[in-house]
Amino acid sequence: MLEVTGLRVAYGGIQAVRGITFHVNQGEMVALIGANGAGKTSTLKALARLLNAAGGSVRYCGKEISRLEPHQLISEGIALVPEGRGVFPRMSIVENLLMGAYSRHDKDGIAADSAHVFSLFPRLKERSQQLAGTLSGGEQQMLAIGRALMSRPKLLLLDEPSMGLAPLMVQKIFEVIRTVADEGMTVLLVEQNAKLALEVSQRGYVMESGEITLTDEAAKLLANPKVREAYLGE
Amino acid sequence: MDIFIQQIINGLVLGSIYALVALGYTMVYGIMGLINFAHGEVVMIGAMVALMVIKLLVNSGLPVFIIILIALAAAVAVCMAVGYSIERIAYRPLRRAPKLAPLITAIGVSIILQNLAMLVWGRNYHAFPPILPTSEHDIFGATITSLQVAIVLIAALMMTGLIILIHRTRLGRAMRATSENPPIAQLMGVNINQIISFTFVIGSALAAVAGLMVSANYSIAHYYMGFMLGLKAFTAAVLGGIGNIAGAVLGGILLGLIESLGAGYIGDLTGGFLGSHYQDIFAFFVLIGVLIFRPSGLIGEKVSERA
Ligand SMILES: Nc1ncnc2c1ncn2[C@@H]1O[C@H](COP(=O)(O)OP(=O)(O)OP(=O)(O)O)[C@@H](O)[C@H]1O
Ligand SMILES: [Mg+2]
Repeated sequence: MLEVTGLRVAYGGIQAVRGITFHVNQGEMVALIGANGAGKTSTLKALARLLNAAGGSVRYCGKEISRLEPHQLISEGIALVPEGRGVFPRMSIVENLLMGAYSRHDKDGIAADSAHVFSLFPRLKERSQQLAGTLSGGEQQMLAIGRALMSRPKLLLLDEPSMGLAPLMVQKIFEVIRTVADEGMTVLLVEQNAKLALEVSQRGYVMESGEITLTDEAAKLLANPKVREAYLGE
Repeated sequence: MDIFIQQIINGLVLGSIYALVALGYTMVYGIMGLINFAHGEVVMIGAMVALMVIKLLVNSGLPVFIIILIALAAAVAVCMAVGYSIERIAYRPLRRAPKLAPLITAIGVSIILQNLAMLVWGRNYHAFPPILPTSEHDIFGATITSLQVAIVLIAALMMTGLIILIHRTRLGRAMRATSENPPIAQLMGVNINQIISFTFVIGSALAAVAGLMVSANYSIAHYYMGFMLGLKAFTAAVLGGIGNIAGAVLGGILLGLIESLGAGYIGDLTGGFLGSHYQDIFAFFVLIGVLIFRPSGLIGEKVSERA
């Protein structure tokens, strides 16, 4: 579904992503793990067109998307849940969800989907008129994911959904991510929390200093001594 | 007592006009963090175009109401086109430039528009043809003209419309999203170039209406009128909290009241040393005071924590 070949991202002279190649198949959940500064966020931003890639190609459903405008991606079916959540702080939960559905015009479908989001995250339903800026970090993450789902994406890009959250909240969020994936969503999950990410994914890529150094089935990566030593703290 | 009431009325009229213009400053600032100093010139162009149309039609035999409507439509159309072009030609290429570049450009655009207006309409003052009804109404021992009533009502109507647009519609949501976080708004599918253009166009339409109001209220228009008006409306926007829609309305009305009351009493206060033609100084006292004591404005938040 997504085929990335030789993708490069540079900030001024500094290469943050050095020609990485990976793919995500339809219906699959794939983890992209790596330490701080490995280039994971830069990769996702380039995919979502928030950054211009310095080179390489990104094909999605057979179509080259590396020249699209950022606002066009959502109608292709790609939604990014950005690092740090990026909810609109001065809008209510409902308005944030409506923004997620901005590219759609089917009123009934939108209403159905926001009901679905509320069933995934009952916490959000209780506070539907509360301003997003006043939500806890975990609630904001729920909202960011819910908002992305509102566009009915085919491919969901998640950037560190566990960041800064208490273990219980992380668990809840990952349960929902798993549920969404089980419903057939294709997911590319970027995480520093390698164990968690690999446990819910089918395959994984390990990124170090802008390059992909290892790839395998998630279970095998979890068992890999190098991965265990570098990312699982053993 | 009646001078007090009278100055309150005058202040509300003036304040309504400031508020309409201040909205243009504040919307553009809210969306892209830019102070569009050329906005006062858009008001001037609106006033000039409206006045020219009225002069042209004054002997046409059309009813006054229709003449005003045509003049307004022409002014709004021209101002929308001017506002759109300003953004497209002058600001868009500087979207990623350091903040100072668009600011200086704004001043440049302002000078260019003033000079173009001087070439087109000359240096002379243009008198507003006396076609408007001059009926006066007494309230609480003061008088208010039909024109003043119309100005306040139309301004209130337009501001209500704008607030509904921004807070109750899909387009308004996209504007607020763009204002809060442009890259994330793009992820949602918002074409922020369109939103920015739209913001300029709406602000310019309000400016056109304000332009007609000022020239009708003072019975005069000239190529230089946008300068002081722009500065005052900018002051009003800062007073309310720049970037904040309700703040612009509040700041505009307050500034109008401060100016009117100030002008009404300045003679008494200074023992006749300063006359009411010193009206303009109040805006600048207000601006300086706000910048020193409450830079975020009356109901503004701290200038946005933007990524
Ligand atoms: N706007 C920027 N300007 C300059 N350098 C940047 C910028 N953004 C990221 N970088 C650099 O690019 C490299 C990769 O950063 P990136 O944010 O992609 O890493 P990451 O894998 O997402 O890290 P983390 O796990 O901490 O989020 C880092 O060395 C970072 O300093
Ligand atoms: Mg990151």
